[in-house]
Amino acid sequence: MKSAVIVFPGSNRDGDIIRAIRAGTGHEPASVWHADHELPAGTDLVVLPGGFSYGDYLRCGAIAGRANIMDAVRAHAARGGLVLGVCNGFQILVESGLLPGVLMRNSQLKFVCKMQHLRVERADTPFTNRYTTGQVIEVAIAHGEGNYIADDETAHQLEAEGRVAFRYCDADGQIGSRTNPNGSFNDIGGIYSSGFNVLGMMPHPENLIDPLVGGTDGLPLFQSLVADWKPLAA
Amino acid sequence: MKARVTVTLKTGVLDPQGKAIEGALRSLGVDGVDSVRQGKVFDIELAGKDRAAAEATLQAACEKLLANTVIENYRVEIVG
Repeated sequence: MKSAVIVFPGSNRDGDIIRAIRAGTGHEPASVWHADHELPAGTDLVVLPGGFSYGDYLRCGAIAGRANIMDAVRAHAARGGLVLGVCNGFQILVESGLLPGVLMRNSQLKFVCKMQHLRVERADTPFTNRYTTGQVIEVAIAHGEGNYIADDETAHQLEAEGRVAFRYCDADGQIGSRTNPNGSFNDIGGIYSSGFNVLGMMPHPENLIDPLVGGTDGLPLFQSLVADWKPLAA
Repeated sequence: MKARVTVTLKTGVLDPQGKAIEGALRSLGVDGVDSVRQGKVFDIELAGKDRAAAEATLQAACEKLLANTVIENYRVEIVG
């Protein structure tokens, strides 16, 4: 399985993602510079890491979403290739049009950096097949703009098509405003594209892959990617 | 040629920053403020003298980058 981690000026979670891919899939990912026009031949998975691309200038992810490499990422997604965007990577996915909606300033106007429970909404996707549906996992969140909103039609469509990947919840899996860290609509922490091959999420599964740093609840996401992976048709 | 592009949040989109500024004005004793919405202003200098071409350029700039049209409106003014 070949992975490519895109590095933008201001990305700072690319090293964590590379470690997580190595640990979860057993394969060494390539780093790809944002100014490049092509992904390495045979790329199966593209990851947009977290950080502060372009210093969050204009809008988070806005400038990175229009970088040279994003045309290649869009083409990759269009032919069914896997794309994972974490935190700033999720912001880049919505700014580039690969996922619907927007990520607004957290409703309480504060950067939140803490551990957070998430409910895995479905376990039949390339990203979550090593979890179980309804499983509660605990991973890190660290963002100032994670308040997901979409227009009514899009929101309805996301729910009707089962495209919510994760919801913020408490340790028992209960959702509600008390456990929502950023005001996100319907407690949404991550969403899929209509083909379930693109996942954007605010939480950081890549930081929870080693018992040494507080848990391994993020590791199954990376193990899922390789578990039922099949090469893309040429 | 000089232009000003103003980008504002669409009506109905929650603006927590505007709300915070509104509250701060109230606590400073600035009375009579009903609501505050925060936006962005871009002052842009353009090559050439063709007004229609400049407006088309600015329109493209807004659609491609300056505004996220999911949540934002934009207004283009040629100012001189």
